[in-house]
Amino acid sequence: MTVAEREHAAAEVVDLSTTALRDLNQRLHDLAGGAPGPRHFRVVNPSGAHAVACGLDADVEVEIDGHVGYYCAGMNKRATVRVHGNASTGIAENMMSGRVVVDGNVSQSAGATGRGGLLVVRGNASSRCGISMKGIDIVVGGSVGHMSAFMAQTGCLVVCGDAGEALGDSIYEARLYVRGSVAGLGADCIEKELRDEHADQLRGLLEMAEIDADTAGFRRYGSARRLYNFHVDNAY
Amino acid sequence: MCGIVGLFAKSPEIEERLGAHLAAMLVQMSSRGPDSAGVAVYRDSAGSDASKLTLYSAHSNESWGRVSDALRDAFGECSDPSVRASHAVFVVGAEADEAESWVRANRPELRVMSAGRVIEIYKETGLPDEVARRFALEDMRGTHALGHTRMATESRVTTEGSHPFSTGLDLCLVHNGSLSNHNRLRENLRREGIEFQTENDTEVAAGYLAWRLREGAALEQALEGCLEDLDGFYTFAVGTADGFAVLRDPIACKPAVLAETDEWVAMSSEWRSIAVLPGAADAAAWEPEPGVVYAWEKELVG
Repeated sequence: MTVAEREHAAAEVVDLSTTALRDLNQRLHDLAGGAPGPRHFRVVNPSGAHAVACGLDADVEVEIDGHVGYYCAGMNKRATVRVHGNASTGIAENMMSGRVVVDGNVSQSAGATGRGGLLVVRGNASSRCGISMKGIDIVVGGSVGHMSAFMAQTGCLVVCGDAGEALGDSIYEARLYVRGSVAGLGADCIEKELRDEHADQLRGLLEMAEIDADTAGFRRYGSARRLYNFHVDNAY
Repeated sequence: MCGIVGLFAKSPEIEERLGAHLAAMLVQMSSRGPDSAGVAVYRDSAGSDASKLTLYSAHSNESWGRVSDALRDAFGECSDPSVRASHAVFVVGAEADEAESWVRANRPELRVMSAGRVIEIYKETGLPDEVARRFALEDMRGTHALGHTRMATESRVTTEGSHPFSTGLDLCLVHNGSLSNHNRLRENLRREGIEFQTENDTEVAAGYLAWRLREGAALEQALEGCLEDLDGFYTFAVGTADGFAVLRDPIACKPAVLAETDEWVAMSSEWRSIAVLPGAADAAAWEPEPGVVYAWEKELVG
């Protein structure tokens, strides 16, 4: 038996068709501060429930078999949450640290306002991915929808596919890496030179995300810095 | 908020239990819309030389038999009423618009919920589960259906203000969102002869579609016209005699998910509603793109 198989076998299984969601989340919250308890959970039958594995603050791994609803792994700290399915609005919103990995697609506002940690989406993310991100890193294996990285402040958004309209509108200092086409850049977002230091950062993020993609095809986008600081043309 | 659901059967098994599946989907959307609920079910075609009316009465002891008799006197043929709670369905030997006009002229206190050949609309205030049970959705078979759970934001919580809205024969619309130019548009459409029964914004969207279809647009074209002419937020699900379609506004704030198996096509505001369908775990599921019309059609029944 490999280590992974042993861990899998040892996982605490929680069936959401028979266990109340509040009970699951309470058990996960009780692990905060290093309290004793299982370190590996497997959640089955999520059936699109909202706020699954939300507000965690512990070194714990939660695997979810199926599709989840809104705000899964919201406010995550330290924990690893893996969704073997799709996720709806606001996956990993306001994540502080840790790692959230979604095998399928995610709906709008993935990683919104996130302050740290890594969000990996193997499929596509729809609109507003990384809206107002503040330090989170987001790696998307597919494409992102319109208004992604809107008002993004810091952190990186990596898109292996295409980006929709108004990418990086009113962006601050976040870095955007896109391999495919960009339907349109938002206000004050421009293409920037992708230097060696950026290629290194991008390579590191793709490795951490376990996504096999060549850094060569990517372009970098960021702020022209004409909008948010006290540019004389903005004074009144 | 509001929740919307749609189910399109691709197999006889799903047709047989369409109402039960729809009720289960509707109940999952209770938290999105606890004020009222409604459904449009496409079922039991009236045939090529008859039409079908769904009427609503505010009086619990309405003498539906007398309505039947009067329709029979007027048009020669009319079925006995098929009564479900406050609603009753009649199959009349007349064109649907003639039968509808007759009801408006002769029984103005009754409300025509739907008119056409296959559509039936049932809607009431209350939680989705209560509404589904009151109308015995469980035992309805049909080809496709739409449902709505309402959290009212811009007009009163009444039976009339509940969705779905039908302003054209066999046409209905359910809506999650809010429109901001509905007053001006309603006035324009009234001048074109489209009639409205409420001050509700969604009824205006339904009226807009009815007008475009009347002017010769195909359903997809009519929906694409919405992108130009409607201002506001919306996810629409639209039913016609032979199909259904889904459209989200270009901003796409309002949620929607689509899923398809060999047995069915389903749409909902949230996955929770689709998760209750047989085979959902293995369904192809995706989020409809903003501003793109998705449509499914059946061969015309009847």
